[in-house]
Amino acid sequence: MTAPATSDAELAPAPAAGADGGPRGTGSTATRALGAVVLAGAAALAGLGLFGTPEDVVQGALVRLLYIHPQAATTAYIGCFLTTVGSGVYLWRRSVWWDLVALASAEIGALFTALALITGSLWGRPAWGTYWVWDARLTSTAMLMLLLLGYLALRKLPGDTDVRARQAAVLGLLLLPNVILVRQSVVWWRTLHQLPTLDVTGTNISGLQLFTMMLGFAVFAVLFVWLLMHRFRVAWLERQRDEVLVDEAIRARVAEGSGR
Amino acid sequence: MQPVIELRGAVALLGRFPALAGVDLAVAPGEIVLVQGPNGAGKSTLLRLCAGLLPLRGGEGRVLGADLRRAARDVRRRVGYLGHRTGLYEELSVHDNLQFWARASGADDADAQRAMAAFGLDGRLRDVEVARLSAGQRRRVALAALVARRPELWLLDEPHAALDHDTRDLVDRLVLEAAAAGATVLLATHEHERADAMAQRTVTLVGGVVTSDTAVPATEASRVP
Amino acid sequence: MFRDVALVAGKDLRIEWRSRVGINQIGPFAVLVLVLFAFALDPDRGVLAKATPGLYWIAVLLCGLLAIQRAFAVEVADGATDALRLSGIEPAALFLGKTLAVAAQLLVLAALLLVGVAVLYSATLGGWPLLMATVVSASVGIAGAGTLYGVLAAGLRVRETLLPLLLLPVLAPVLIGATRAFEAALAGTPADGWPWFGWLAVFAVIYLVAGAALFGPLLEEA
Repeated sequence: MTAPATSDAELAPAPAAGADGGPRGTGSTATRALGAVVLAGAAALAGLGLFGTPEDVVQGALVRLLYIHPQAATTAYIGCFLTTVGSGVYLWRRSVWWDLVALASAEIGALFTALALITGSLWGRPAWGTYWVWDARLTSTAMLMLLLLGYLALRKLPGDTDVRARQAAVLGLLLLPNVILVRQSVVWWRTLHQLPTLDVTGTNISGLQLFTMMLGFAVFAVLFVWLLMHRFRVAWLERQRDEVLVDEAIRARVAEGSGR
Repeated sequence: MQPVIELRGAVALLGRFPALAGVDLAVAPGEIVLVQGPNGAGKSTLLRLCAGLLPLRGGEGRVLGADLRRAARDVRRRVGYLGHRTGLYEELSVHDNLQFWARASGADDADAQRAMAAFGLDGRLRDVEVARLSAGQRRRVALAALVARRPELWLLDEPHAALDHDTRDLVDRLVLEAAAAGATVLLATHEHERADAMAQRTVTLVGGVVTSDTAVPATEASRVP
Repeated sequence: MFRDVALVAGKDLRIEWRSRVGINQIGPFAVLVLVLFAFALDPDRGVLAKATPGLYWIAVLLCGLLAIQRAFAVEVADGATDALRLSGIEPAALFLGKTLAVAAQLLVLAALLLVGVAVLYSATLGGWPLLMATVVSASVGIAGAGTLYGVLAAGLRVRETLLPLLLLPVLAPVLIGATRAFEAALAGTPADGWPWFGWLAVFAVIYLVAGAALFGPLLEEA
């Protein structure tokens, strides 16, 4: 109900912190360092994934999706988890900071969900002979995408900031439970049909392949944090701009009342 | 005595528009206060804020001793608010509407019965669907629902609108009776002659702030530039 | 609390009884959906018979969506939401009352659709205990989730388009569970279906608790 409390502003990752404690731009030493790590890591991952590691005996070059697909999917679920946590803390403490964390991680989560779906389909085309099968993981990831799109559709609606934040927080709080419910029901249903699944545990992974895969997880994790910080700061700055606009509107309205 | 309404620098937003841009107002128990001002001055918003229906976005506000920020629900269940919309179910009859709203507000069926009789709704109109009532008849039903709640604070937004002469007199009489019994009334109306007969005080809103607060009758206050 | 639940549910059911939107519009729509499925899936090739449980539950979901939108259309029509907020009714009681009314309407629609598939799709209904348990638990689950997401969308200008997008993915577990349970009941192997009934009951309980807890913050809107 109130403007961002000071405790929120202090919590904000404050690089070029303004007088009010919030970020003034989206770049900072921390994000630049993270960005450099992401770029270096991505280059290393591409080099190892595309050239450094051998083809698989059975899957051929397809095995290279192993270095980005599980990573994208895992990151997507982390984003979803963070949205639920942020929404819960917002409902509990009415902290604008956590509301914006929920928003930012939902958007980035949707990005990684899309990436996981695309790489999954690309794997499926040669492996299963079709872009899409009703595999339990693929299906529940698609449902996660739809749930995230619903959340983001609500967030994009114009209206009172606090009202919208509260509605989004309820949706966000239910996001992870819904994902789990959908996933459980899809898994129980599809396991009855014994379909193949994009399962990497059966593949023999040599030392370098395993390293590349783990490097992939690390790179995606840092990428997520990097994007999250930037997206969060954009949202924070938008909030501050809105407050400035409201303050100006109040001054204009008072002038209208007292003598014009 | 503790004021019934106590606003200090109250700000209320409609979207991003500051309908109230810093209102200071104190109303004592038993007072009947006329709120006047041009269209768009924030009269309706002020009444909605005092009813606990709109969040307070700046300043301080207490109504009936409860903080508008923390205890808006306590405020809501103790006030009687009549807005532009009547909040009735079109599909239900007059009787069923009043019975539901009385029960929902913790009043009993006898209260609903008395209010219905007071507004002449217990005769031919009793079992008519609200959808088939005229605008004035609907407002009579809404007023009866408000009276049945026996609120401590009456917030009436254009209570005379669409009513016939006799019903306007009835509204005025009920307001005076309620105030005599200790209730407080905040009234927004353009019927200044009527308000003169009731209100001891006129608050003028312009541009979302109070520009004058006087103990003169509304007809005179409106002539003050 | 309990009195308020009954008051709200009674009010909603009375409105539905008086307006007869359910009987005059949603019921015929339910039958229409069944007929449209028959047009799309050739009845002579046995596709319809095989797909009956799934088509049945899709029809229930679509009708449920209409019933939920209707339940909130009557509240926003003349600002009754404000009046409800001004009344002393606890948000949790309001949620449970509206859920109860929607669930009751869904039960009637589900019964109508059962007759519909028996007549139009020549489905041989069997395994009645499982069938009934599934209908009840699925109806409560749909009503609970629908009422929670319904009030969320109710105040928005885009409610007609947003509600299906928000609600239908959430109801996917109900569609999956109820269809599997129906398949088991119709195939004469109810033992395979009872675990799915348990799943539907869990879903219903989760949403009854979540709705009762979260209705308050959603009503606090401007």
